[in-house]
Amino acid sequence: MNLSFWLNGKLCNDEVEPGMMLLELLRTKGCYSVKCGCETSNCGLCTVLMDDRPVLSCSVPALRAEGKKIVTMEGMQKEAEEFGSFLADEGAEQCGFCNPGFIMNIFAMERELTDPTEEEIQEYLAGNLCRCSGFVGQTRSIRKYLAYKESQKKEGIRE
Amino acid sequence: MNYVSRPVRKKDAMALVTGKPVYTNDLAPKDCLIVKLLRSPYANAWVEEIRTDNASRVEGIAAVFTYKDVPQNRFTLAGQTYPELSPYDRLIMDPHLRYVGDTVAIVAGETEDAVDKALKRIKVKYRVEEPVLDMHKAKDGPILVHPEDNWEAKVPVGADNRRNLCASAVEESGDVDKILSECAYTVDQTYHTKANQQTMMETFRTYCYMDYFGRLNVVSSTQIPFHVRRILGTALDIPSSKVRVIKPRIGGGFGAKQTSISEIYPAFVTWKTGRPSKILFSRYESQISGSPRHEMEIRVRAGADENGIVRALDVYTLSNGGAYGEHGPTTVGLSGHKAIALYRHTEAYRFAYDVVYTNVQSAGAYRGYGATQGIYAVESAVNELAHKMGMDPVKIRELNMPVQGGPLPAYDGVCKTAASCTMDQCMERAKEMMNWDEKYPCRDMGNGKVRGVGVAMAMQGSSIAGIDVGGASVKLNEDGSYTLGLGCADMGTGCDTILAQMAADCLETPLDNIVVFGVDTDISPYDSGSYASATTYATGTAVVNACRELREKICSLGALMLESDPANVDFDGEYVYAGENKVSLRDIAVRGTCGNTQELQVTQTYSSPISPPPFMVGMAEVEIDKETGSAKVVDYVAVVDCGTPINPNLVRVQAEGGIAQGIGMALYEDIQYSKKGVIRNNSFMQYKIPTRLDIGDICVEIKGSYEPSGPFGAKSVGELVIDTPCPAITEAIYNATGVRVRELPATAEKIAMGMLKNRLEK
Ligand code: FES
Ligand code: FES
Repeated sequence: MNLSFWLNGKLCNDEVEPGMMLLELLRTKGCYSVKCGCETSNCGLCTVLMDDRPVLSCSVPALRAEGKKIVTMEGMQKEAEEFGSFLADEGAEQCGFCNPGFIMNIFAMERELTDPTEEEIQEYLAGNLCRCSGFVGQTRSIRKYLAYKESQKKEGIRE
Repeated sequence: MNYVSRPVRKKDAMALVTGKPVYTNDLAPKDCLIVKLLRSPYANAWVEEIRTDNASRVEGIAAVFTYKDVPQNRFTLAGQTYPELSPYDRLIMDPHLRYVGDTVAIVAGETEDAVDKALKRIKVKYRVEEPVLDMHKAKDGPILVHPEDNWEAKVPVGADNRRNLCASAVEESGDVDKILSECAYTVDQTYHTKANQQTMMETFRTYCYMDYFGRLNVVSSTQIPFHVRRILGTALDIPSSKVRVIKPRIGGGFGAKQTSISEIYPAFVTWKTGRPSKILFSRYESQISGSPRHEMEIRVRAGADENGIVRALDVYTLSNGGAYGEHGPTTVGLSGHKAIALYRHTEAYRFAYDVVYTNVQSAGAYRGYGATQGIYAVESAVNELAHKMGMDPVKIRELNMPVQGGPLPAYDGVCKTAASCTMDQCMERAKEMMNWDEKYPCRDMGNGKVRGVGVAMAMQGSSIAGIDVGGASVKLNEDGSYTLGLGCADMGTGCDTILAQMAADCLETPLDNIVVFGVDTDISPYDSGSYASATTYATGTAVVNACRELREKICSLGALMLESDPANVDFDGEYVYAGENKVSLRDIAVRGTCGNTQELQVTQTYSSPISPPPFMVGMAEVEIDKETGSAKVVDYVAVVDCGTPINPNLVRVQAEGGIAQGIGMALYEDIQYSKKGVIRNNSFMQYKIPTRLDIGDICVEIKGSYEPSGPFGAKSVGELVIDTPCPAITEAIYNATGVRVRELPATAEKIAMGMLKNRLEK
């Protein structure tokens, strides 16, 4: 079946099988940042943005992307670098395999929550598993990143 | 020193955080055949008849293989130095199926759909036999897991396939029974740890292709590239020289990938068909056919005198190896050695063990490697001992812990004494961080919740003494940069960076001037791999030695250019000086490419005769709901002595990650079987690993020591950090509720039932 959707700002037209999941389609289209860690929608590794909302691409049929804007980390390289440098400065990127899904969900969180409390952050990201870092390093990096973003905003206002 | 002991960023960090295609499945050629396995539905069965013709006829199927097609050499998948202590008990496929998930057939095809269809069309007639699922019934039982005649133990480890024994031994020093009988206080308890999955986020995966020399190229998510090469040679019955193994970035391992779980299948397909192929284990397959931690039941008899001095320890471990013997004979050793050594006054000990075969998923290596199980048991027994004598569990440890220069009972085969040890400082600091004196034993929070605190010590090793080999090769490039070639496997731990930090300091050059390369068995220096907490310590020493020698070579060529005697020159990383004259590294590097006869490359190999232990103290504060019994870690503090921390950030994250895994093992994770041997916990739905909501606050500090035998004074850290949560958390639960959980995980049900029982007894 024909599918047309926006992938990282570009309009795509693809022939896809009805059973195909978005995760598979994105990887065949070269978006290798999108990872798969389970078959039960439990790990969050496959998180991408669909019309600015985070979705688990492993459990979204590709055809559901019809007319939608899909963004993967390939489309947010600058932002990934910006947040990623905070993660890297904690050494908490570790094996990196969970990073793209986790970071995409942070971007979604940023859009959805203003000034989130620590609890809200943990709840929002609860579906993003990580087996390497023990999470606390990730949390430190989020805190520092959000503080940095806040200070940037303030500076912007002053200017 | 510029980089060592500094929290520099990992060299691969930015590629990882921006989602670059650096993992096995990102790199696999698009025309790979998809390889999948037909797996046994039975725990103990024989393939009586297997028909694959219908499967082969499915459009897009390139090959279907069964046990009839594979070589008959038995081998082990354990990534260990040859001759492996693990018995040779595997074939690529065997008509005898020994656990639910064992391989019945290999199917390779152009698309996943075709392969799935073909899998359904294979017709198998099984002769189903009674399995042995209970490890207590395995030894000398009527059901043999490995009745075959060509089963072989390469090394005498007390293994006997006719008795379902994968290993068995008794080690003794002094008269344990006599000393125990003299002790004022004794405990005699049995502790049971379950099999746990490493659940690295990247499941097992490998792709293979043939090159223009007719060699089999294997790209795999592995911790043991060189062992994989040898294992594939044996399994496929081809010379290892025909095999090349490449390790890209790995999405976690934790020991799972110290066993060659996925490689043999695509390797066999590509070797037979000549076509590139790949296998990706699903999470389901990783759960039912991986290489989890050995289930162990450990009986501890411990005795102390009236002053709290622990005088004798008697440890018996029954370890469940499952269907195949990978890492069975070796993991069990740590359950005694690394636990008994924590008590320096031990006058007599006995350590006995049996590792048995059963018809469950084969166990393997998981961070901690038996020490985790043994330390849970012995630390719990000592906690029980402390309560018996009315002593603070911290106090009994202060009296008995390892001290610098002091003995390490049962560990003296690989380390006579603790040359570096700050366990006392670790304890002191942990106490402060936890506010132990105020919180011990518990606090009623007044809202139906009670919080208890618990403590445990741990140690591990740094490489396998006299066996592990670290390799490093350093060369000076034309532009004055260096390439550091490694054979160990960075699996996210950051060893590529840590080793580059060492090299940068040795060569007095910026970290960015060091290019790290690894791993390709054709190019990298031999290294036994990343396991046994070996990399920083053993490979690190190889790096230091190689850099030292390369400096000499640089000086020698510099001296030649300066027309001076090599003995009279100095090198500061930028220039070689001979008195007033100097020549730059850059010029020496260029000179190295023109009319040069002196190689500017050094390879060094290192193996340590000792395995100096890193130490740590862990303390948990756990909140228990008095109604439901559910336990939650609110605070975990840990203080680590890893010698010199080469990269404090990475030490800390290793510790945080290990503790989180330990929390999972203590409270949630359990591989359970049905009566027929089917795993119930075959996905993240049923196998719960901790999420960020489950781990509370983890606070790690480092109390470094200086290990004289280590590079820059370093010891290991990677495995140690998973060892304290089980005993510390169960002790905290005891202090909060009076319930002693001796079988992990400490689920709400067990705690609630325990509280009920205690109430009824009162
Ligand atoms: S792959 Fe695990 S949630 Fe999508
Ligand atoms: S960094 Fe390895 S799983 Fe998160």
